[in-house]
Amino acid sequence: MGRTRKKLSLFDFLNMTGYILFSLLVLYPFWQTIVLSFSDANASSSLGVHLWPDRWITDAYEFVFSYGNVMKAYVNTIIRTVAGTILIVSFTVLAAYPLSKKDLPFRNFFTIFFLIAMFFSGGMIPDYLLIKNLGLLDNSLSLILPSAVNVFFIIIMRNYFMTIDKGIEESAIIDGANYFQILTKIIIPISKPVIATVALWAAVYHWNEWFHALVYIQSDSKTVLQIIVRDMLTAMDLTQNAQMGGGGMASSKLMLSNVRAATVIISIGPIVLIYPFVQKYFIKGIMIGSLKG
Amino acid sequence: MQTALQKAETTPERKTKATWVQMKKMKGLYFMMLIPMVMLFIFHYIPMYGILIAFKNFSPGLGIWDSPWNNFEHFKRLFSDFLFLRALKNTIVISLLKIVIVFPAPIIFAILLNEIKNEKFKKVTQSISYLPHFMSWVILSAMVIEVFSPQRGIINFFITLFGGDPINFMADKTSFVPILILTDMWKEIGWGAIIYLASIASIDPQLYEAAEMDGAGRFHKMIHVTLPSIMPMVIIMFILRLGSILNAGFDQILNLYNPLVYEVADIIDTYVYRSGLEQFQFDYATAVGLFKNVVGIVLILTANAIIRRKSEHGIW
Repeated sequence: MGRTRKKLSLFDFLNMTGYILFSLLVLYPFWQTIVLSFSDANASSSLGVHLWPDRWITDAYEFVFSYGNVMKAYVNTIIRTVAGTILIVSFTVLAAYPLSKKDLPFRNFFTIFFLIAMFFSGGMIPDYLLIKNLGLLDNSLSLILPSAVNVFFIIIMRNYFMTIDKGIEESAIIDGANYFQILTKIIIPISKPVIATVALWAAVYHWNEWFHALVYIQSDSKTVLQIIVRDMLTAMDLTQNAQMGGGGMASSKLMLSNVRAATVIISIGPIVLIYPFVQKYFIKGIMIGSLKG
Repeated sequence: MQTALQKAETTPERKTKATWVQMKKMKGLYFMMLIPMVMLFIFHYIPMYGILIAFKNFSPGLGIWDSPWNNFEHFKRLFSDFLFLRALKNTIVISLLKIVIVFPAPIIFAILLNEIKNEKFKKVTQSISYLPHFMSWVILSAMVIEVFSPQRGIINFFITLFGGDPINFMADKTSFVPILILTDMWKEIGWGAIIYLASIASIDPQLYEAAEMDGAGRFHKMIHVTLPSIMPMVIIMFILRLGSILNAGFDQILNLYNPLVYEVADIIDTYVYRSGLEQFQFDYATAVGLFKNVVGIVLILTANAIIRRKSEHGIW
């Protein structure tokens, strides 16, 4: 607002201090994980603030990368994310474009067909039985097919398409273009921002998704990073109990905690690295998607 | 003459024919939708048929259709099942606590952040604030467990510093639910604030100027200009949140809880997961899930209807 006062009031000072503390609090668990991942068992088995490792060692990372499953899971996660994102984006575009046509006969029927799926679902067990009956248990397709059609994304994209000027399309039709050509040559090029937003959402979804992988996938060779971390969480319960009983892993050079922290860091690495560059698209997404939906 | 023509155009046969012509013209569009619709049918509509097993004694050998009906036995069992009632209670308790404590946090966050005039500072703070939102609960749980660890955690460090004994927070019934609340806030406060910050940004500056002219101070403006201006948005978000009261946070709890805290932490979704996919009581677990979904849909549709009536826009 048109305030010209330069000096900070006490309120401003406290407010900013508050936000700095808040930011540090938000980041502390992340930083602690980094420190833990570069420490060894001795350094990390004492209570403390652990803001800096006693000495930076990369043993945990070496262990993680030499441990076959993690690398395999990394590759699987990348494949899953790429394939899943392509599927989601294509199906979103393919469904959203026809639904954006106000003069499409029975458009309401089709819209409702999609919307119903947003509110009603079979639930965890019927979903599982379907995958089982389709013979997709322990098949990587079970990770990308069930989520390939996302109604929420379709609605967002449909709304965006509806704001596109009809004039360009009509002249293309007169020139003899079919709808598929219009979609690929006209609509998609001018809808890049919304497509980028949906693609990013889809990619983050697939990168983070763990529940389907937990329930549908059994083989270690098909597992994803999230499951590796999750297995280390449940294993932790056991070692913690063991330590209380006096034994545990504390005598070895690395603890499960160090290894887990390293796995967490490599798992979130890609997200954190692209985060500063792409966050504006996420914000854009929430703005287009919210409430007008 | 003209009226006769108009009349002819609107006869049912004409209309059907016009529709048919239009459909033929647009057949490419139907073709486009075909694969997404088939996929949706397979992966969303067929499981709805699977709900039938909630009303049957399901045996995988017989399949969904041929398994015998059981006269609502699962639903009768539901209300005498201590574990289900416990899960129902926990779901509502955790959800209500989250609504009371977590829901207002982004609003306060947004209003106070708006008071900071340094754009760069605001931007950096905001970016940091929603970083955890992009992490899964698997990843965040790995961090949470370390923060609260009795061996290394910073919280226990401070407890011992002041002469206390380390507490195994994650296995402690009194501290587990507060941890759920706190970590939920950690993950969602910044993300939740985006929408309020956007509504604050769209407030007419003249309102502030008028308030200033009337001698309003800073707090006065926050309470009497900013807050009322975002109130419609707050109300919409609140109604939506109430509509999803049965979602107490499945991802979060499944990754953080353990048998020692089931008594306070087991919610309907985690109960469905364990009874269905760990103990393979498919039919009963489906019944539990169905109960939750039906109540949930009624709540969400009610919430949306209320919003529609109050304001012009529903959620679609």
